[in-house]
Amino acid sequence: MAKRMQGIMESIQTLCSGDHGNEGFMQDDEDEEEENGVGRLTSWAELLGFGLAVFSEAIAPQLQCFCDRTLGFAVGQGGSREAWIKAVAMAMSLVRKAVKKGWVGALAPAARVMSQALSTASEPITLDIPVPFKAHKVETPSVTVETSAQELTNFFKTMFIMRRMEIAADSLYKSKFIRGFCHLYDGQEAVCVGMEAALNDKDCIITAYRDHCTHLGRGGSVLEVFAELMGRKDGCSLGKGGSMHMYNKKGGFYGGNGIVGAQTPLGAGLAFAQKYLKVEGVTLAMYGDGAANQGQLFEAMNISALWNLPVIYVCENNHYGMGTAEWRSAKSPEYYKRGDYIPGLKVDGMDCLAVKQAVKYAKEYALQNGPMVLEMDTYRYHGHSMSDPGSTYRTRDEISGVRQERDPIERIRKLLLSNNIATVAELKTMEKEAKKEVEDALSKAKESPSPDSDELFTHVYRKGYGAKAYGADRKEVVVKLP
Amino acid sequence: MAMAAASSTLPAYHGLRGSPSANAKSKLSCVSANPPSRVVVRALASKPWAASKTLRQVAAHATAVASKEAVSSSSSSQGGHELLMFEALREGLGEEMERDPNVCVIGEDVGDYGGSYKVTKGFSEKFGSWRVLDTPIAENSFTGMAIGAAMTGLRPVVEGMNMGFLLLAYNQIANNCGMLHYTSGGQFTIPVVIRGPGGVGRQLGAEHSQRLESYFQSVPGLQMVACSTPYNAKGLMKAAIRCENPVILYEHVLLYNLKEKIPDEEYTCCLEEAEMVRPGTDITILTYSRMRYHVTQAAKTLVDRGYDPEIIDIRSLKPFDMYTIGESVKKTHRVLIVEECMRTGGIGASLRSAIMESFWDELDGPIGCLSSQDVPTPYSGPLEELTVVQPHQIVTAVENLCGKK
Repeated sequence: MAKRMQGIMESIQTLCSGDHGNEGFMQDDEDEEEENGVGRLTSWAELLGFGLAVFSEAIAPQLQCFCDRTLGFAVGQGGSREAWIKAVAMAMSLVRKAVKKGWVGALAPAARVMSQALSTASEPITLDIPVPFKAHKVETPSVTVETSAQELTNFFKTMFIMRRMEIAADSLYKSKFIRGFCHLYDGQEAVCVGMEAALNDKDCIITAYRDHCTHLGRGGSVLEVFAELMGRKDGCSLGKGGSMHMYNKKGGFYGGNGIVGAQTPLGAGLAFAQKYLKVEGVTLAMYGDGAANQGQLFEAMNISALWNLPVIYVCENNHYGMGTAEWRSAKSPEYYKRGDYIPGLKVDGMDCLAVKQAVKYAKEYALQNGPMVLEMDTYRYHGHSMSDPGSTYRTRDEISGVRQERDPIERIRKLLLSNNIATVAELKTMEKEAKKEVEDALSKAKESPSPDSDELFTHVYRKGYGAKAYGADRKEVVVKLP
Repeated sequence: MAMAAASSTLPAYHGLRGSPSANAKSKLSCVSANPPSRVVVRALASKPWAASKTLRQVAAHATAVASKEAVSSSSSSQGGHELLMFEALREGLGEEMERDPNVCVIGEDVGDYGGSYKVTKGFSEKFGSWRVLDTPIAENSFTGMAIGAAMTGLRPVVEGMNMGFLLLAYNQIANNCGMLHYTSGGQFTIPVVIRGPGGVGRQLGAEHSQRLESYFQSVPGLQMVACSTPYNAKGLMKAAIRCENPVILYEHVLLYNLKEKIPDEEYTCCLEEAEMVRPGTDITILTYSRMRYHVTQAAKTLVDRGYDPEIIDIRSLKPFDMYTIGESVKKTHRVLIVEECMRTGGIGASLRSAIMESFWDELDGPIGCLSSQDVPTPYSGPLEELTVVQPHQIVTAVENLCGKK
């Protein structure tokens, strides 16, 4: 800890001794909006005082959330130096506000942001991907991946939250809080987490019905997911979509689609819009090995190749299309080759870093040349949905074998431990925090009410030209003339 | 209604033979009672029908006479210009594409070829091939693509070369287009327009004579409109593109060469409003698309025989304009629906039950409904004519509902 504090002070000194001079830290800047100005320091004693507040117990929850967002922001911007400087600046302005308002407890999260920003994040770690890529009509990307301690820690935390969330959903379904269909993603977390590490907010993702974790990855919250699964008001689709229809417009997540394969032409449309509006982003149209046999997928591949749309078709191959194994449903189970004229890569989908590398590579390719297919070799522990035990078409030994040898969370845990990024105790703390986060979200979601009855008729049409939806009782004659 | 024997004479309207590009304007201009109807529609938009008695008398006079002379509309300024229906659609679409750079056209042969019914002729040179996108023959995927693009804010206009081909995209239209606004809790809107010619043409065969309004009418979240004159074609096209909901605009293969004078200034038609074609007192005849012309043809005979039918072109197939229809029912107390849809599960069936539910006390008798027969449209010419409602059948139906005069 002492070493860390020294590290903080040295790094802040380097950071702040540059352009900004040594004016008063408590300068009454009326301009609260400025986010680019790095806070100015007067004395190191003040900073040390703030640093000591790391041990403070009182943490204002709003500020906690703000700090998490700051962290997330920096990671989301790719962890570049500029991003971290911006993150630190935001944290500094927070500290200023906190001191003004006497919120001592706010200092802890702020200091944590600073310490994490300055000490651990920017050190690059180079790792090799164990399972090689397989390529079709394109060069394979390098197996050497650059990552950082911060990124690996985030991978671990996010995947753990996703795993807890899916397991909680399992027990919710069994206790009949969730009805209908519930398709769980546990085992496949590495795909969506690895993808997010290579994408930014200009990119779009569209996927099928196994979307709870993808929604989280795109900026959704666990509360939103649970509330939506239980059909409550606080759900991301106001309780009207359900498990298969989760969307996040701000995060660029376009669902959440129930019909197998129907999202692939939609994905081509998102890419079309990106190219039309000249947005420098790609669309990831995700589908499974079951959907890989749909005609509309090939139609979509044809039109996206014809017009060089920036779309990446990601096939999450968990080897079972509902209850049918891939060798029984596809003549050619080499899904990365099925694009024919579209190049493809086969990726180990249980390895976050491999996924990140492949998506980064594919994004560069798609922005220049057009579509690409990525086949993620992954596995789901649960059955196709909660109504499927998952053991009638595969053996329990197979499931436990994959869990022991290829589990994505265990892989990251081993990396964190072997590279001395975290100790066993720290990992346990992270796990406990994640469990608590999921449990809190779950209890909050359970308290959330059902939508009101008149929500039945909202959002059928958008208010525009006076259109109104009639209820079953057509006695009410209502047409608004313009 | 019972079908008459094979002694039906073909009315003059059927002069539109051969390919859609055949020019038959001389025969058609006498049938289209558009100038008077336009007057009445404009008036209706601003005040309730019942108040504008003088207009009604003017309109009634104009239509009672076999309206061969063009009655100049008092509400169009500086004369207006005459054009054919497909040109009106082209004008509307072109104006919207100029106004909003997010409007684009997606369909087969819309670009270089100019559209199979010439609705997008010249657009490719004017707007570029990215805004007028020629697609391969893959309706499911390009309709899905248009819907995906609409989710991000573009306003695509999808052209089905023939409406029947859009059955291949039914999943995309029903599940994605109609429902995404609802299932996303209002996050996404789908401002897409799906348009194309449908209906029974001139011996096109069963698969190319589909009437899709019956299949799509129960998809929640969609709006459906059917245009029938160049005036409302342009207006509805513009309104549909500006609308935030997904709209299906039904055109008819045989109406593309209708000629009419439309105003020079910019206008749109209300998507949810019905059009009063001919005010009357004896019976309300509800119709849309091509059947409007069969009804107006029959109206001439009816007027000669002393009836005074009120003809309403419902235009908006989803949602129904229950206000205009209701006001009419309250006045005449008898209803006849004339449509080209199939008998089973068609627009007429839904409209009938909607009117009965809301206006049961106003009705003096059962609601009549003349629809096409529940058969695949045969290729043979005389047989094809028997599947569709003909003017003499309309006359018989009105006489049965109103009693002989």
